[in-house]
Amino acid sequence: MAKLNLPCDEAAIRALRVGEEALLSGRIITGRDAAHHWLVGGFRAEVAPYLADSIIYHCGPVVRKNPDGSYVFVAAGPTTSAREEPYQAEVIGRYRVRGVIGKGGMSGKTRKGLVEHGAVYLHAVGGTAQSLARAVVRVDRVFQLEEFGAPEAMWVIEVKDFPTVVTMDAQGGSLHETIAEASKAVLQKLLGQKTA
Amino acid sequence: MMGLSAWTELLVEVIAAATARLPDDVTAAIRDGRKREAEGSLAAMALDAILKNAELACSEKAPMCQDTGVPLFWIHHPAGVSTGLLVRACVEAVRRATAEKLLRENAVDTLTGRNTGTGQAPGIPSVHCEEWDRPETKIELLLKGGGCENTSAQYSLPDSKLGADRNLEGARRVVLDAVYQAQGRGCGPGILGVCLGGDRSSGYLEAKYQLMRRLDDKNPVAELDALERRLVEESNQLGIGPMGFGGKTTVLGAKVGTLGRVPASYFVSIAYLCWAARRATAIVGANGDVTWPS
Repeated sequence: MAKLNLPCDEAAIRALRVGEEALLSGRIITGRDAAHHWLVGGFRAEVAPYLADSIIYHCGPVVRKNPDGSYVFVAAGPTTSAREEPYQAEVIGRYRVRGVIGKGGMSGKTRKGLVEHGAVYLHAVGGTAQSLARAVVRVDRVFQLEEFGAPEAMWVIEVKDFPTVVTMDAQGGSLHETIAEASKAVLQKLLGQKTA
Repeated sequence: MMGLSAWTELLVEVIAAATARLPDDVTAAIRDGRKREAEGSLAAMALDAILKNAELACSEKAPMCQDTGVPLFWIHHPAGVSTGLLVRACVEAVRRATAEKLLRENAVDTLTGRNTGTGQAPGIPSVHCEEWDRPETKIELLLKGGGCENTSAQYSLPDSKLGADRNLEGARRVVLDAVYQAQGRGCGPGILGVCLGGDRSSGYLEAKYQLMRRLDDKNPVAELDALERRLVEESNQLGIGPMGFGGKTTVLGAKVGTLGRVPASYFVSIAYLCWAARRATAIVGANGDVTWPS
């Protein structure tokens, strides 16, 4: 089990391998559909320091606002990453992001971007929003809340022992690719046995 | 006679039950899957995380998944109950549950891209009322998340690429293809709601309604029962596993229904549901008593 403290350097990321479990602690930032579109639309200097050497969490949380104005994550699991495929590699390169947390994996363009920039894809268990919200120990600040709404805003959060699995590494490895190929072979075998 | 506020209150309770409590048959199926996975595997880790999360959500009465989905209501009611009142109560209940953080602010204006902030927008929630010949009212709710909705698929048969003719074997072939295409993106292990026949809209709706069935029930139509069993067994041979990590537990169940079709069309609609099968049912008797069948 690897432990990763964030922000981190490129060497720590390049040491991670597909199949390895990784516990994350430190500062990360959420971002999903509207955020990725926005991040590639220009250089967003206000969020850039939070992206550099850190991780983007593909997550649209349920958030409660406390009477004192602070926020708490009520439920916060990963969302499907495939939708960010057109933007992810560019976002990683432009803002020097060290990786993303999501679910379902990503494809060729991102895979290339991870190798080029020294970043990883970390898979959280989809739907486990209560367990993962507990790993979010603090909400520091939020960007684009008015414009994007709470689920799509970029939340700067502090996590402790946030559980993930490396499913795409900076060496070009991808668990998703391996499973897709193996399952395709089984499917073809099953469909070859026509029984009608 | 129940008024708007009484219906609304009950419907908020139905939403609260669905969002926080994983049905016992689903939990049992996940536990069965866990027994089949190798110790120390990523599949075992994922299923353990899912079971732990289910316990937490239930004890905290909080959303098990942050994507609380599209609320789909099916309401069967006796003659004399106003469907206009029921629809208003569903809308009001969704707004209230969203304010109480039982649901996420989950409705976006498609033209402006703005989140409405209320959980409600045209078409959300989706409410289907039908009069029946019984004295009680049955409320069924499915909270269907966007991740699994995106992996749902509809095939028009024949499909020459998959060698799928217009029969049960053709249906089997396209459903297996849909499970393969979904990989881990629908938050597997998934549950397959399938409709053979219908049109493009009724087919998906019936496929979703099949997801209200308990996993341990038995299809009364023998050939559909056989198809359901075979789909589960063969899907689990694909090796996609929980979250697409690899493993033996790719789907937890398959439920197949049929609708009539026009001669020109033969659709197979597959509604993929994530493991977080948030369904709840309440029955309101003629005397106003509420029961909660599992």
